[in-house]
Amino acid sequence: MNVTLLNPQIETSQQSHLGFIDCDVHPYFKSPAEFDEFLPRKWRAHRASIGGRTRQGLAKASNYPRMSPGTGQRMDAWPPDGSHPGSDLPFMQLQLLDKFNVAYGLLAPLVGGAAAERNIDFGAAMATAVNDWQLARFCDPDPRLKGAVQINIEHEKAAIAEIEARAGDRRFAQVNIPPRSIEPLGRRRYWPILEACAANNLPVSLHLGGTAGHASTGGGVVSFYHEEHPSYVQSMAALVTSLVCEGVFEHLPNLKVVLVEGGFAWLPALCWRLDNTWKALKAEVPFLRQKPSEYVRQHIWVTTQPIEEPERPADMLSTLEWIGIDRVMFSTDYPHWDQDDPRFAFKVPLPEDWKRKIYHDNAMAVYGFE
Amino acid sequence: MDPSPFQPIDCDLHPAIPTTRALLPYLDAYWREHITRRGLEADNLELSSFPANAPLNCRPDWRPERGPAGADLALLQRHALDTFQSRYGILNVLNGAQILHSEDLSAALCRGINRWIAAEWLDRDPRLRASITVPVRSPELAAEEIERCAEDKRFVQVLLLSQTEMPLGRRQYWPVYRMAEKLGLPIGIHAGSAQLHPPSATGWFSYYLEDYVQQAQGFAGTLNSLLTEGVFVKFPKLKVVLIESGVTWFPAYMWRINKTWRGVRAETPWQERMPSEVIRENVRLTTQPFDAPDTVAQVKTILEEIGSDRMLLFSTDYPHWHFDGADAVPEGLPPELIRKILVDNPLETYPRLAQSELAQSEFGLTGADGRRTP
Repeated sequence: MNVTLLNPQIETSQQSHLGFIDCDVHPYFKSPAEFDEFLPRKWRAHRASIGGRTRQGLAKASNYPRMSPGTGQRMDAWPPDGSHPGSDLPFMQLQLLDKFNVAYGLLAPLVGGAAAERNIDFGAAMATAVNDWQLARFCDPDPRLKGAVQINIEHEKAAIAEIEARAGDRRFAQVNIPPRSIEPLGRRRYWPILEACAANNLPVSLHLGGTAGHASTGGGVVSFYHEEHPSYVQSMAALVTSLVCEGVFEHLPNLKVVLVEGGFAWLPALCWRLDNTWKALKAEVPFLRQKPSEYVRQHIWVTTQPIEEPERPADMLSTLEWIGIDRVMFSTDYPHWDQDDPRFAFKVPLPEDWKRKIYHDNAMAVYGFE
Repeated sequence: MDPSPFQPIDCDLHPAIPTTRALLPYLDAYWREHITRRGLEADNLELSSFPANAPLNCRPDWRPERGPAGADLALLQRHALDTFQSRYGILNVLNGAQILHSEDLSAALCRGINRWIAAEWLDRDPRLRASITVPVRSPELAAEEIERCAEDKRFVQVLLLSQTEMPLGRRQYWPVYRMAEKLGLPIGIHAGSAQLHPPSATGWFSYYLEDYVQQAQGFAGTLNSLLTEGVFVKFPKLKVVLIESGVTWFPAYMWRINKTWRGVRAETPWQERMPSEVIRENVRLTTQPFDAPDTVAQVKTILEEIGSDRMLLFSTDYPHWHFDGADAVPEGLPPELIRKILVDNPLETYPRLAQSELAQSEFGLTGADGRRTP
């Protein structure tokens, strides 16, 4: 767990990260009633009565309780007024945006429950509401913060409409698709939504978390958050496998996919395994015209948090090289308990040109920031 | 690289049951009648995790003229044991008997499989050893079957599939681990799923390619469960062998579980030691598939990151197709590691193999063909 001192002074010797782009920032609400002003009256009443319906046994709490209050927040990220971490823009500016002179912060709003909502009309309405809420509470007051278009992936028509409606609005940088969906994202039922993202030149960000009702692992329901947290890596590997092997990138040659909050050191070995297995099973996926790893290199970017910490710190360098320095983008995951501090995340010095790319240039290029 | 000059120990060979009919002579009378009445003997309970005719599961030049690959002892001898000059080969049966929903039917068939493998395989080639096939749905019945089979010293480990109903660390399974530890038998966890859950929390894949690739992540979940639930705290002498798990994913896996442990170990306070430290002591991996990187330099880095010369055990994964010709050992392994992987590590992992090896060196036993046999 990182602990940030409230003194905004920064060590002068470690300033090369300043002005970085943070690819994972979590905005939050002070009260769920904040969404009401962006909801049609019908859904306001629904939200207050039946409320969200997801695919888990607990109505509001997580089946995997985190180890700190507020579903796993940084202990020092609670604003002075006691409201939820991430809900107070001035405090977020103090602790993150101003402190590190963040150039852009990519919002990942894990709020409102739109993504996993079983009543898909309510889910679509909540997605629209959360999109408007991001702009009003965060992006408009601080234009460094860029929104992520929320959708309910099971409501194809509404999802595409929402993507198209937000496409020209540069306050949004990407479309956030809930990665733990009912079926793997590469399956053809989701292609129309991916087509809309590609057609509108919006990268897709896959931020791990949540549940679509499946067990966290292929071996069944795990007992502990200690297992749930690393299972994000397993889900992320499954998503890459699905997107590549289903031929999504053959179908959509300009689709960009950003993996958020799954770490990244697992990616080279996944590519080797994909390539080696594909050699024997090519005939099953004849539409793949190149090695699986080549699609990964062309279409997929990773964000760093929660960053791996190799036992020999220098192994981080080879890992980054194997992924490709141009594919890695820094993220903090502020204000979550396991957030990474841009000063200390890498335990080994990176070459200056790598730093520039990872902290800044790669995200500028992926999101087309100027 | 060809391992034959070392007379290696092959830790993963797959004999196939041609059809369940082959097991009938080895079943108790009630179950023999039960199975024939229901007409179950014509099938062979092939697992959907291993479709026998998929190219990955049968190397082209190992494909028999008829029947599933691995069903013919003479071919297994010629293709695997003789080609690689293996001093021992461990047979791992992959069969749906292990995962049937009926605990009773599962237990009856597993017992039949163990009797069949002893009579039709182990009795016919002294180089062969076997894993005990168990009805995993019933840990109590599984423990009974382990105890029964263990009297035959040619059974050298207990075999589980990596993904079944519950993560394998769950306490319901502990009777299996208690019995295995007591008898000095490693737990071999082989790739494979009962398909009771999708391969990941993201749902069901379309293609076999995807299922197979994801097996590595399935092992990650399984191993996390064993560590987190405290299996190695409760059974510190237990050895677990990950079989057909792939190898190169392992360093990044260890970094992740170490980091999670540093952050949230208060949730499971019995986990007092760093996971990687426990893993290096208690967990082993077989070498095929290796999922080799593009360069030998990368292989070297991965092996350094694994950080132990005791963890890897040689396997061919016969008749599955991961390499061609006699290149059963991945390229790029340092010479000092090769003998350990091929011989020393399997002997250290499987006490019953070490006992055979010792008996042989003391009494100088040799087979009729002049080959050293246990």
